[in-house]
Amino acid sequence: MSPQKPLSRVVEAMPPSGIRKFFDLAQTMTGVITLGVGEPDFPTPWGVRESAIHALTRGATTYTGNSGLLELRELICADLEARHGLTYRPADECLVTSGVSEGLDLALRALLNPGDEVIVPEPSYVAYQPCVAFAGGVPVPVPADPAQGYRLDAERIAAAVTPRTKAVLFGSPSNPTGAAQSAEDLTALAALAAREDFWLVSDEIYDRLTYTGTHTSTAAVEGAWERTVLLNGFSKSYAMTGWRVGYVCAPEPVAALMHRIHQYTMLCAPHVSQVAAIEALKSADPDVTEMVADYDRRRRLFVKGLDELGLTCPEPGGAFYAFPSIRSSGLSSQDFAEQLLEEQKVAVVPGDVFGPSGEGHVRCSYATALPLLEQALERMGRFLEARR
Amino acid sequence: MHEILTVLESDARATPERIAALTGIPEDEVRAAIAGWEADGVIRRYKTVVDRDRLGDTRVTAFVDVTVAPERGRGFDDVAERIARFREIRAVHLVSGAQDLRVEVEGSSMKEVADFVAQKLSGVDRVTATSTHFLLRRYKDDGQLLIDPEPDQRLSVMP
Repeated sequence: MSPQKPLSRVVEAMPPSGIRKFFDLAQTMTGVITLGVGEPDFPTPWGVRESAIHALTRGATTYTGNSGLLELRELICADLEARHGLTYRPADECLVTSGVSEGLDLALRALLNPGDEVIVPEPSYVAYQPCVAFAGGVPVPVPADPAQGYRLDAERIAAAVTPRTKAVLFGSPSNPTGAAQSAEDLTALAALAAREDFWLVSDEIYDRLTYTGTHTSTAAVEGAWERTVLLNGFSKSYAMTGWRVGYVCAPEPVAALMHRIHQYTMLCAPHVSQVAAIEALKSADPDVTEMVADYDRRRRLFVKGLDELGLTCPEPGGAFYAFPSIRSSGLSSQDFAEQLLEEQKVAVVPGDVFGPSGEGHVRCSYATALPLLEQALERMGRFLEARR
Repeated sequence: MHEILTVLESDARATPERIAALTGIPEDEVRAAIAGWEADGVIRRYKTVVDRDRLGDTRVTAFVDVTVAPERGRGFDDVAERIARFREIRAVHLVSGAQDLRVEVEGSSMKEVADFVAQKLSGVDRVTATSTHFLLRRYKDDGQLLIDPEPDQRLSVMP
């Protein structure tokens, strides 16, 4: 007899990622230009890879301490100090994780009691709301306004606050909208957090990929440090997605709880990846600068091209995504993405997978070689032309 | 403004319109900047990077280290200029180290390059010694990798 008792109800109730369906469809086709990928098209800078190869030859094949290599934590804290004026102690306020994905899970599990609410501004990264639910919390989506460039509006958030509100969870710059939050809006949010006593879980994985201004770190605005969990990593800035290495920084009491979960579940981030991350922080900033300059050129060309097709979007200030409105096509975002893939072999991600407020939009990644971006624009033009 | 040059260095055929779209600098300013640089000699010419091995080109290149007795008051300039004027010479650089000039020589065969070095280059006034290194294979030229690019291993749709 097969097992009869129900599997996890929380997990079973969670629909699988809407991205999956698209992935399966795109996999069956050839000649697809994909704007659907949430990772850099650059390989990891060679100096970083070389250091990892060398580290393997010297035996960097073991566990490290739970918190991660001390040299890496010291470099991370020095980097946050230098770029954002943030002060974290490497010893007990910084933890090396297997990417932001793990850090997100740790933060939510450390913060939440069953039934605690977490406000998630939408459209949001696909993992935020499921991770809240897996940690026993209740995600409370709050749509952001495209007409205001998806800015974090403290007033909208305040309207969703209840006595059970434990945290606001957001990414800046944002996947999928590319919106980078301003110091003013973050300051207003921090003031609300202090007044209502909730945490800010701030995913800043795209912090080096900004184009229209400099990044403001949430913990750096007045009154935010003591109630912020900062999530960051190496995947996007340094083109190191497959290494699975990131970090969380937070005040000691919450960092200690995250450490406790991490030591029982993950033990440590991959040793060789930590060595690579050390090299990235020491020597790869010029590579990052070159990649950012390249993304910026593609961003300008692509956003202008979308605009000429009538697919308008607020100027994305960071990350490598444009999130144009496709309402002029008269199609739903699922239909748009599916038909575009089938007819013109261009893969984009339908906006509703990032929450209901993403309906009417698609996410396009411009982490794609320039000639391919231009071809994709041409194909999208033909697609729209056929519908006029 | 250097953004314009960055684009042109990777694609000499980029039109002012395209450069404007990539950099956000208005097209007329792009045209004016390029015209200015062409007039000032900042932009020397527009070139194409050719992978000669892939083309099947059998021309031979050698790097020759040249030792020079410098001239009073003129240093290496006169000798370097005399060497640079030979059609066979592709590049001349004054370098630090044991030798003085590092020059690049090109010819249709090894013999032709060898004859040039033996009869012409080493015979230039004040050249006291040469050391020739034939190029065997190019892996990277002008910042351009000539080895096969790594395959894109990314999945086609990812969050």
